[in-house]
Amino acid sequence: MSLESSWRLLLFLAVLVGVGWPLGKHLASIGEGKNPGLARWLAPLERAIYRFGGVDPAREMTWKQYALALLAFQLVGVVVLYALQRLQGVLPQNPAGLAGTTPDLAFNTAISFVTNTNWQSYGGETTMSHLVQAIGLGVQNFVSAATGIAVFFALARGFQRASSSTLGNFWADMVRSTVHVLLPLSVVLALALVSQGVVQTLEPAATVQLLEPTTDSAGAAVTEQTLALGPAASQIAIKQLGTNGGGFFNVNSAHPFENPTPLSNVLELLAILLLPVACCAAFGRMLLDGRQSRALLATMLLIFVPLSVLAIGAEERGNPRFDALGADQTASALQSGGNLEGKEVRFGAFESALWSTATTAASNGSVNSMHDSFTPLGGLAPMVLMQLGEVVFGGVGSGLYGLVLFALIAVFLAGLMVGRTPEYLGKKIERFEVQMASLGILAPCFAVLVGTALAVSTAVGRASIQDPGVHGFSEVLYAFSSAGNNNGSAFAGLNANVPFYNAALGLAMLIARYLVALPVIAIAGSLAAKKSIPPSAGTLPTHGALFVGLLVGVVLLVGALTFLPSLAIGPIVEHLQMTSGGGL
Amino acid sequence: MLTMLLPALRLLIALSLLTGVLYPAFVLVAARLAFPDQANGSLIERDGLVVGSRLIGQPFASPRWFSSRPSATGAHPYDARASSGSNLGPTSPALLDAVRQRVDGWRAGSTAPRAVPIDLVTSSASGLDPHLSPAAAMFQVERVAAARGLDPARVRVLVGRHVEPRTFGVLGEQRVNVLELNLALDALR
Repeated sequence: MSLESSWRLLLFLAVLVGVGWPLGKHLASIGEGKNPGLARWLAPLERAIYRFGGVDPAREMTWKQYALALLAFQLVGVVVLYALQRLQGVLPQNPAGLAGTTPDLAFNTAISFVTNTNWQSYGGETTMSHLVQAIGLGVQNFVSAATGIAVFFALARGFQRASSSTLGNFWADMVRSTVHVLLPLSVVLALALVSQGVVQTLEPAATVQLLEPTTDSAGAAVTEQTLALGPAASQIAIKQLGTNGGGFFNVNSAHPFENPTPLSNVLELLAILLLPVACCAAFGRMLLDGRQSRALLATMLLIFVPLSVLAIGAEERGNPRFDALGADQTASALQSGGNLEGKEVRFGAFESALWSTATTAASNGSVNSMHDSFTPLGGLAPMVLMQLGEVVFGGVGSGLYGLVLFALIAVFLAGLMVGRTPEYLGKKIERFEVQMASLGILAPCFAVLVGTALAVSTAVGRASIQDPGVHGFSEVLYAFSSAGNNNGSAFAGLNANVPFYNAALGLAMLIARYLVALPVIAIAGSLAAKKSIPPSAGTLPTHGALFVGLLVGVVLLVGALTFLPSLAIGPIVEHLQMTSGGGL
Repeated sequence: MLTMLLPALRLLIALSLLTGVLYPAFVLVAARLAFPDQANGSLIERDGLVVGSRLIGQPFASPRWFSSRPSATGAHPYDARASSGSNLGPTSPALLDAVRQRVDGWRAGSTAPRAVPIDLVTSSASGLDPHLSPAAAMFQVERVAAARGLDPARVRVLVGRHVEPRTFGVLGEQRVNVLELNLALDALR
């Protein structure tokens, strides 16, 4: 990676933390039921929603009630979203006259958006009506992210409270996160994006005269260009902020109407990581110990930065096969260079590669370049970030609670070494917590590896692969890594809109979301019921370098032990083939 | 669980009204008032005819125009109804063949073949990339000037004037908007 790129990466991270950290203060207030600043003005709106829903936001819930409320809300969400897609042909706001989607696509997409994955096995502009995009997908963009924040609040309360049987109210946490956090941020971001050229209109398309006519694949003359339009900006803002990632257009934030300028690009890039960073800051604030936040942030950065450097370096270096063919990839005064297959000139190799690691570190999954066309090591970095369990920033709320699961395992391991009962943040960590944490960490690994194995060993799974050789395996591994960790990005050469992948990836998404969130709520319930114990001389401090090192080690070790063999078959072999000039 | 389903449904309806109707409608109205041109696709008019969007590339084949990047969209290049990249992997024979053909195409008839700027021989992520790197635009100057009977120096100056730098010196990459450059070329007499 060039010196200039290092400087640009540092600048980006500085701005990110500079904006995200203060936002964490606001987020913590919302979790604690306070209404600072703008939230005071929005409070009547919040109350109106409770009245309409017939819920009492002050009623405390046990962890089981909290989990049931969450499941009920998700179930209703899936059913409604499924129905909307199937019926879009007869519903209004369908200017392009699109037909209802197939049952397997509707199933996959409903789960995908409700679980905050936003895997898309369809092309937005050619499949979904404006009504489905707004009332169906757009709404889940908000509430699936709000659900993640709610579970995060419940977990923080598990540590905060002592000898308590309750964790707060799911409805209130979810509504407050939507109204006071996601909605105001989305309005600001959406308008900023429109100013850059992101479209926001009810018109389905505009037709323009081509300067020079061309011919289509059938040889017929084409004199006009039809530009797909729509209410894109409002949806793009929340898909970036809510770690959703589901694009309005097929190519997501690579589309010039979805991400037109370098300024829109940096805003969308910051939006990907903004709330995950804010969650990190809010956690320490809610526990009245900011040092814990800094330790968790340091952990995330220690994994994020090296993998970003790997991806950026690989994409800037480019593809040696292109050199041999007579293409010029060298950076110079007149071009940024690098591997530009599947990348936009306005973003270049640096911002495309940085986006790829940001979007996979956070469980966002939006893309501004095509990951399938990355060099093998450039594609390995995002794959690894997903496989680590989406805990390096991770999803809104879910990244932080995922990392806390690893922290529990880390203190457990440390406890085993010295023969003491482990503690984390003033709570004894015992058998139940460790069991639940192990379940939450291993379930996504299971979904990824079993799913990949199933797909590559069946004819129906292999039929969708686009590229020959080991890259084809990488396409499948990437798909299950993405769905099995609720990311949503893809090696898009894989044709995933077939019943097999729609079903298998749908199941992977369910496992990844609920076999992590439910154990976390159970742990929160168990912790809340325990007494708080003051730190003693034998307590491992969890804010120092020693613990950060231990936590990074645990995350990387679990990831490496689980995924190194599959990575070796895919991207690592392809890298050796590419650089040696060998055959496939 | 059953007692939770009713409040879940009612809250979903309320939140759908707020985030699925009111929110996009508010952004729609505010965008129309504040940024009407951008909200509707940043269209360019010439002599009363809409000839394109500033943000969406167009295909150009004849040497009289600066060529855009290769495009992998639907039925024809730069089909803005169905954006798409090639999604071909880095060692894909299909990709390497395509790059070889494009390089050969740009070098055809040349006595001293030069290395071709990478963006001219690779397809973009969207298939609608409106830009070229300055290197890729400069690479085409002689060809366009010859086809139009213009002085290459004048064309080079025109390209130079259309180079957009990085925003604030750090964001994005420098680039040339092909459609705007070609429109300016037409205006050159």
